[in-house]
Amino acid sequence: MADIDEIRKKFDIHVLADKKKDELKKYECNLYCCDSTGCRSSGSEPIMGVMKRIIEENNLQEKVRTIPTGCMGLCAQGPLVRVEIKGQKDVLYKMLDASIMEKIMLEHIIPALNLKDGDSFKLPSELNQYTLSLELPFFTKQEKVVLKNAGHIDPEDVQEYIADGGYLALEKVLKTMTPEEVVQEMKKSGLRGRGGGGFSTGMKWEIAAKVPLVDEKFIICNGDEGDPGAYMDRSILEGNPHEVIEGMMIGAYAIGATEGWFYIRAEYPLAVERVQKAIKDCKKNMLLGSNIMGSNFSFNIEVRLGAGAFVCGEETALIRSIEGNRGTPRPRPPYPTDSGIWGKPSCVNNVETLANIPTIIMKGAEWFSSFGTETSKGTKVFALTGQVEHSGLIEVPMGTTLNEIVNVIGGGVPGGKKLKAVQTGGPSGGVIPVSEMDLPVCYECLKKVGSIMGSGGMIVMDDTSNMVDIAHFYLDFTVDESCGKCAPCRIGGKQLLMLLEKIKQGRGTIKEIESLKKVAEAMQKASLCGLGQTAPNPVLSTLKFFEGEYMDRLKK
Amino acid sequence: MVNLKIDNHVVNVPAGTSILDAARQVQIDIPTLCKHPDVDPSAGCGLCIVKVNGRILRSCCTPVAEGMNIITSDPELVGVRRSVLELILSNHPNSCLTCIRSGNCELQDLTQDFGIREPKYPNITKKYPIDDTTKSIVLDPAKCITCGRCVEVCQNQQNVWALSFLNRGIATRISGAGGITLEESPCIKCGQCSAHCPTGAIVEYDETEKVWDMLNNPELHVVVQVAPAVRVAVGEDFGYEIGENLTGKLYASLRRLGFNKVFDTNFGADLTIMEEATEFVSRLTKTPSSLPLVTSCCPAWVDLLEKYHHDMIPYFSSCKSPQSMVGALTKTYYAEKAGIDPAKIRVISIMPCTAKKWEIVRSEDMSSSGFQDVDVSLTTRELARMIKQSGINFRELENEEADNPLGEYTGAATIFGTTGGVMTAALRTAYHFVTGKELGVFEFKAIEGLEGIKEAEVDVDGTKVRIAVAHGAGNVETVLQRIREAKANGTELPYHFIEVMACRGGCVAGGGQPRALLPNQPKPRGITDEIRAKRREGLLNEDRGSEIRRSHQNPSIQQLYKDFLGEPASHKAHELLHTHYVERNTYNNRNE
Amino acid sequence: MAETDVATQVANKWKRKRGSLIMALHEIQEIKGFVPWADAAILAEGMGVPLARIYEVLTFYNFFKLEAPGKAVVSVCTGTACYLKGNDKILAEFQKQLGIKEGETDAEGNFHLQSVRCVGCCGLAPVTVVNNKTYGRITTENVKGIIDEWKKNLSESKE
Repeated sequence: MADIDEIRKKFDIHVLADKKKDELKKYECNLYCCDSTGCRSSGSEPIMGVMKRIIEENNLQEKVRTIPTGCMGLCAQGPLVRVEIKGQKDVLYKMLDASIMEKIMLEHIIPALNLKDGDSFKLPSELNQYTLSLELPFFTKQEKVVLKNAGHIDPEDVQEYIADGGYLALEKVLKTMTPEEVVQEMKKSGLRGRGGGGFSTGMKWEIAAKVPLVDEKFIICNGDEGDPGAYMDRSILEGNPHEVIEGMMIGAYAIGATEGWFYIRAEYPLAVERVQKAIKDCKKNMLLGSNIMGSNFSFNIEVRLGAGAFVCGEETALIRSIEGNRGTPRPRPPYPTDSGIWGKPSCVNNVETLANIPTIIMKGAEWFSSFGTETSKGTKVFALTGQVEHSGLIEVPMGTTLNEIVNVIGGGVPGGKKLKAVQTGGPSGGVIPVSEMDLPVCYECLKKVGSIMGSGGMIVMDDTSNMVDIAHFYLDFTVDESCGKCAPCRIGGKQLLMLLEKIKQGRGTIKEIESLKKVAEAMQKASLCGLGQTAPNPVLSTLKFFEGEYMDRLKK
Repeated sequence: MVNLKIDNHVVNVPAGTSILDAARQVQIDIPTLCKHPDVDPSAGCGLCIVKVNGRILRSCCTPVAEGMNIITSDPELVGVRRSVLELILSNHPNSCLTCIRSGNCELQDLTQDFGIREPKYPNITKKYPIDDTTKSIVLDPAKCITCGRCVEVCQNQQNVWALSFLNRGIATRISGAGGITLEESPCIKCGQCSAHCPTGAIVEYDETEKVWDMLNNPELHVVVQVAPAVRVAVGEDFGYEIGENLTGKLYASLRRLGFNKVFDTNFGADLTIMEEATEFVSRLTKTPSSLPLVTSCCPAWVDLLEKYHHDMIPYFSSCKSPQSMVGALTKTYYAEKAGIDPAKIRVISIMPCTAKKWEIVRSEDMSSSGFQDVDVSLTTRELARMIKQSGINFRELENEEADNPLGEYTGAATIFGTTGGVMTAALRTAYHFVTGKELGVFEFKAIEGLEGIKEAEVDVDGTKVRIAVAHGAGNVETVLQRIREAKANGTELPYHFIEVMACRGGCVAGGGQPRALLPNQPKPRGITDEIRAKRREGLLNEDRGSEIRRSHQNPSIQQLYKDFLGEPASHKAHELLHTHYVERNTYNNRNE
Repeated sequence: MAETDVATQVANKWKRKRGSLIMALHEIQEIKGFVPWADAAILAEGMGVPLARIYEVLTFYNFFKLEAPGKAVVSVCTGTACYLKGNDKILAEFQKQLGIKEGETDAEGNFHLQSVRCVGCCGLAPVTVVNNKTYGRITTENVKGIIDEWKKNLSESKE
């Protein structure tokens, strides 16, 4: 036993954290280069190549460090590089390529490093055009909890996460809290499921914890983000996988789970790779396995991939998919917390939900619930896209108004066009017209205007968008993604789509509008799962706010 | 027990009961197209919605809870149900007039009940090739409403995995495994898919025309034989109670149809017992290592064995089925006796089964008379259609008798049509063969009922004979696994004699049986445990009322051995009444 | 590695692990570009999963291919952001340039064109992915360049 204790001491997170901090102290300059899917596709890899080459050529290895990071947020402006030099103001570069990077290295980094203490560096005007002001409302108006580390640590280096306070929450939980206390803390925080359902995470854990353990109990991280126009979960998994793993482990401890499962879209290879690497690193550092941190808590994690089925975001379909079946939802009850994978109790939590957990544990439920509205606490990550100036990933406190998000943080609609509407909740959500821009984002507020929070896709539309086309676009998606199990969704969706096509082509009459409503009602009331029940929402909400656009397309 | 209110009636049901089942207690049949008592709810059709404390939920899969207040019908629910039904109809060919299921289709029933008179939405039905490759069952994916009953039955109850869903969304369809034809798939033709299909998507392969042609050909001598389970089911198509034994009227109607001779497959059942009991006794007393003996009169089971259980072939009884035995003897023994050229004889069998259509061409052994022993095998449903077509007033017919020499049967033969029957009949005779005495009891309580696997032990002159009865193809695996383990470990065999029937309940619930819905009969159409039990009871009652209840005491059988075969297991008996089994690929022609 | 060895090895790797059918199918497709019938049959045998189930799964999930796609798979994103930024024009341009329709592979087996659901690069809309390389903020003028780049890649990899 003594041996194991010795080894454990070696892997004590405080020891690991101090070691890493010592190692990082020496660097005078940190070059953060966004290495998420978005920036990679804009060409971040050659940029990092240039950095490394010039560092080597100038023997700066002891002074300058390059850090490939997760998403910095402003994807539309990528590739992004953030330069932090001791004693100097931070600079954020945008839309780089290798040749500009070379210039930055030679005309900014090296000269700045050679300055005397106290002197401030003046950026050559040529480079100025590539900078983004960190004073932009896009940066200053955000409140980052989940994304606090993304863009600032190397997601593939567990030591960095630990040095930044990672796994301290797990330690706190294992050493000072009972599972019951963890559940109570979650309930007190008011955290609700970020996948769209909005069910209280604490209550879900409480239910799952109460199910007696027979042989196994599972906790599942739902990473099957499928809403077109949403990539919050991808960015979190790519940018800081350990945050999610730590959240899952805390959840597992709270509910008494014996094993964890990540279910991630196959379309997110980088996220999969990073989660797998993170799990491996956890095992190496004794953060997964038996008697974690010397406690009685033992836990392991498996990764399973989706295969291109939106409906697998629905928890019962996800479970069937892990089991190796068609991802068709089944009726609830029984809820997965009673009967999940292979009939064993399974608690399904979304990526962003789990990513919130470590911070809530460290800073406390009260701190967390100080953000947000009466019923929606904390912050929410949104993928702000579409016709908006600053398209990207943002995190704001619940209750922030749509206006603030779109016009202030997002910088409004570009190209002199006018804002027409904002779509939230993806194919299950609705379109919110410009007249409702003072609406604060919270679960209930969005529902009131016929949309939903959903997982966090927020799509801005200008006055060139036609709402019949938009409704058709979303419905086309859900019809394609319907699992086909239940008749109202399978056939209703198709008929609804055909009705919309008829209207789009100018062949519709008022009879088609009536039929739209009839089919929509059948789908809402008789579909088996959320996908079918909410599929008519984009149609109904556009019909509610933009009925005129439908009427304009009818047969004259 | 759980107390709740359904439409303001107080209901008290066991915990775990679904709302749908609970509603039956207050005389409410909530409409559904996918829920069937034999299968777990798939929650597919969306018709069985009810309001539970104001919330709309599916009644098929929502268990009752204390204090629930349920409304099963109000204008909103009926309106949504109607819309869903209209949507289903928009994806269905609606070719009822020419559909084989017209008049016994659950979708048609509901369309009538809801008074839907015109299509509400454009028809989007996609045409797919019709799969009749098995020549036993016919799959028309266009008529499928993807309720999933057939797939559930084929995969999880029968454990055959011939049928599967393909694709998703509106493109979802059923198909032979992975898009191949049913003939190429592991399909065993049991027809349970067809028995459970609410529409005309999977039906019997209709061969009535072929039979009419034979009957209308004056050159031919057309002989018919009727299987045990047909007599207690055919009446349902003529308004009789489920399970009523109509053997006499059946014979009469067959004569009216123009068959030259009316034989009974039951005679073949008695004969099967003679041969099989002999085989069993021989293995038991001479070569115990060749035990257990597994019965082989179910063609779907034979198919399953040849495809999936090659290692079990040595334990299979070499006896042909009663159908095949009667076929072979008609074209030899009877032809000789009656002085008719066997080339001019046609043998038609009336079976409760779709797999029997396959059995008659299974191998060369099925032409042991020098001709195909049985020419056409019709299901009970096809026969009922022929009777109706000829305008025969079935209910008014006088009872008639079967013809000799292949018409006489004992009580032991008639119970072949239900689970446990073959075993019971075989034990009565095997006991006699071993001891020379008669068994005091006729029935074995332990192998009665609808339990999937039943076991018993019978004392045969000091030897404890352990028997097992499995029905529902999915239950076979368990029994075979026990045998495999015992053989591998060299331990004592768990069973010496095993009866297998591929359909739950046995042939009474075969894939070719009627789907009538009598006025007092609860939905759905087709086969339920209630129907199984009633038809079974019909056969057991005939046995109980029979004067002769042991196959070896059948005078016509004794005559047959005396005049023609010699003795059981004789050379001639082997030529005509026994067969071989071969290892076949699970997936035909697709092992490239 | 012989053709069939792939499926046997994949089956051996996954058969003892739980919930592994989809993972095994991913691995076969990763190596072969699609899941051939023979491999599915071997996998069925090796993992003890009925072939019917394997095809139920293969045909349910969009990700799996039953036939060999082209060497370069062009996936035009049809997520909402890309839709709003005119992905229909991009798709049309690819169709025009490659001379094939969506879901088709060219005669030489070089290019396969498909539309895919959101690839999660909405900030870069409109996006197209070719094999594992993502192209963001593309216009119809970029299409030819992308095709030429891959033509070059393909001819180089042949040599």
